[in-house]
Amino acid sequence: MDHDFTVWFSKSFGLFYLIALSVIIVAYAFWPSNKKRFDDAAHSILGDEDKPYRDLPIGDQPNGDKKWR
Amino acid sequence: MFNLHYRLERKTIGLVLGIIVVAAIGGAVEIIPLFTIHQTVEEAPGMRVYTPLEIAGRNIYIREGCYACHSQMIRTLRDEVERYGPYSLAVESKYDHPMLWGSKRTGPDIARMGNKYSDEWHVRHLNNPRDVVPESVMPHYSWLGRTELRHDDLGVHLAALRKVGVPYTDDMIANAKSDAYGQASPDTPFAEGVTKRYGADTNVRAFDGKPGVLTEMDAMVAYLQILGKLTDAAHKHAAGG
Amino acid sequence: MVAQLTKNERQVALLILLAISLWGIAMAVAGRGDPLGVHGAIVLLAGLGGIFAVISGYYAPEPDDSRLDRYFDDPSRAGIVLAMVWVVAGLFVGDWIAWQLVNPNLTFDAAWSSFGRLRPVHTSGVIFGFGGNALIATSFYVLQRTSRARLPDQLTPWFVLLGYNLFCVLAATGYLMGVTQSKEYAEPEWYTDLWLDVVWITYFVLYLRTLARRKEPHIYVSNWYYMAFILVVAMLHIVNSLAIPVSLGHAKSYSAFSGVQDAMTQWWYGHNAVAFFLTAGFLGMMYYYLPVRAGRPIFSYRLSIISFWGITFMYMWAGSHHLHYTALPHWVQTLGVTFSVMLLVPSWASAGNALLTLNGAWHKVRDDATLRFMMVAAVFYGIVTFEGSFMAIRPVNALSHYTDWTVGHVHVGALGWVAMITFGAIYASVPWLWKRQRMYSPRLVEVHFWLALAGTVIYVFAMWNSGIIQGLMWRTYNESGTLAYSFVDTLIAMRPYYIARAIGGLLFLIGALVAAYNIWMTIRTADQPADERVGDRPVVPALTGVSAPQPAE
Repeated sequence: MDHDFTVWFSKSFGLFYLIALSVIIVAYAFWPSNKKRFDDAAHSILGDEDKPYRDLPIGDQPNGDKKWR
Repeated sequence: MFNLHYRLERKTIGLVLGIIVVAAIGGAVEIIPLFTIHQTVEEAPGMRVYTPLEIAGRNIYIREGCYACHSQMIRTLRDEVERYGPYSLAVESKYDHPMLWGSKRTGPDIARMGNKYSDEWHVRHLNNPRDVVPESVMPHYSWLGRTELRHDDLGVHLAALRKVGVPYTDDMIANAKSDAYGQASPDTPFAEGVTKRYGADTNVRAFDGKPGVLTEMDAMVAYLQILGKLTDAAHKHAAGG
Repeated sequence: MVAQLTKNERQVALLILLAISLWGIAMAVAGRGDPLGVHGAIVLLAGLGGIFAVISGYYAPEPDDSRLDRYFDDPSRAGIVLAMVWVVAGLFVGDWIAWQLVNPNLTFDAAWSSFGRLRPVHTSGVIFGFGGNALIATSFYVLQRTSRARLPDQLTPWFVLLGYNLFCVLAATGYLMGVTQSKEYAEPEWYTDLWLDVVWITYFVLYLRTLARRKEPHIYVSNWYYMAFILVVAMLHIVNSLAIPVSLGHAKSYSAFSGVQDAMTQWWYGHNAVAFFLTAGFLGMMYYYLPVRAGRPIFSYRLSIISFWGITFMYMWAGSHHLHYTALPHWVQTLGVTFSVMLLVPSWASAGNALLTLNGAWHKVRDDATLRFMMVAAVFYGIVTFEGSFMAIRPVNALSHYTDWTVGHVHVGALGWVAMITFGAIYASVPWLWKRQRMYSPRLVEVHFWLALAGTVIYVFAMWNSGIIQGLMWRTYNESGTLAYSFVDTLIAMRPYYIARAIGGLLFLIGALVAAYNIWMTIRTADQPADERVGDRPVVPALTGVSAPQPAE
């Protein structure tokens, strides 16, 4: 990979790679099946429980049985 | 359970790699070519390296944080060229590890400070800036003249600089200590080696006005007097050469 | 502190502290007659102090299993206290050197107290001491809540926090002795840098280990920002600090780069220290504390993801705008402008996202100074990013560069955005962390808010004025076609603004002192323990009608 190659690469395909990168990110953000996950995530920080989750048998959960969303 | 964890970890690693790749592109594109494109740094045949005493002065300049208020980079703007002199070329800081271009001018640019004022002016100015410039807000550095310069280890300094690419010769490294002393002691046998190794134009003077004792003031003034003088490439460039 | 460690962790802690002590001895011996020796002694003292602490608590009963039902918040508590110590010290030094520019005799005839040595103490003190501790403290807090997982062990978080503070102490004491690489915002010398690398990699691994234990399949966006902050700062720091030490007995080193390459590397670092230390990390903070405090989910989660990648990608190109019209090749400068201008899009998306989250909660902003700190931070974030893109344009930069305008711009970001969002997050976390109903005095939070806002506005306007005036005077020609003003003329014109700036800084410092007192009293004064995390709600409940936390919508 010498200098000439990088110049050729950035002047030819470089722009398209940048466009592809942004398309991927926007597609990920607006992919319909991701909507629920993002909405859940946005709400997840608002709950008032303040204890870590522990792998205990159901019923022994210190927080009652409140499952993680 | 293993599967769930596997997927979770894969997601984390994917995010980490994504951040690294996306963040690395900009720096790579802007920095790596600066090392590979030859026009980035101009040719300057005959450019000399800093003497040991000047290196010591430069290190004091760094130690005292002078770069926080003084730039050493004249931009290609008309008023800067008229105020400070020909605009700075990349080659002029070729041996500057690190560069001291600066980012703020609380005081003026000093890229072309060399030979602009007398040694005596510099000593008075550093002792108390307000003695020569009443409005100055620069701190005074009067202790420089009272502090003996540590110069026994300058050979190691030069050797370290050679490792990062400054072309010091074995001869320069071996004689660094005596050259530092000689440059500020013109009437001693050590003075001759300085001009022999660094060129006939090298300043050999008792910079602080007190021959015999090698002080930090000697080093500091020696450095200030060489600023912009390692090569005349910028002046040639300005003259259309 | 030691009582929370298991037996095994206490033993490992002793081994680590022993290694640190040996490292201190090695530096003290090798660096005799050099500042390196002093730093060796400091490291040795830190190691011995730690050993003493661990041994004196060594036989305390081990923490029982029930600790796993709680988040591990002690390092966050300590981090917040340390952040407050550093902010008071850092702002004090900053205001002191601001007064030195009014009266240069305020150095009191000493070498360590001159502007050049104290300036990095100020910048590192507030950026790394205050900002860094606040980021570590809040990142631990947010990471655990959003992952619903406790930190994996008790020792690593303490190592990260205390190790980081050792780095800060070495940095600050080094500057006072004149130990500096002269690279702005990366001044510490090679051995301090190496130590930071060890701490930083541990921090990153701790983050990954906790994320691997998470119970939420999705990683909340705050963690993306915190991770970008940790990762990219590591990348920037390691590359920019590459240097060859003079010898193992010298504190001094010589940068691996020189001249134009060094300048580009330095400002690639410098600008992205702003981007990933002072922006990404604090955006992570904002995306958690602002929605929680407002009781509303972030306006658009998708937008936060898109702006995340925009910021991560585009910031890295912008550093060259610090080098307009210099010996840096023109093509690099052009790339710098282009991306700097484009950066406005993800930046304003973030600021807008934050402000739109507050729609429907403006009555809380009115009544709750803590939330108002965060709101004002988002506004200043919008201002500073607009100003940054504007100043990156070459003709504007020709005027602004080298002047106080840059200083003003930095402080719009540092005081208005970083400090405000941090104070908001701290005021929100302190009652949660110490299980208090509210801050000791909500009224003092109000007082702090107005002091901070007034201080910022005075500071910034003074610097905008002085910067633009000086930039214009430098380029003014008289009728005969020669420069109209000498440099000294411009210096005289700066004086009133330097006085105003120092007063603005003083107000901000007093505000921080008020905050430190308020936090201290909140910790000291045990009120009835709060049942759940309940912050300090509005001062006058009667006015607002809300006195309990809002349920999630």
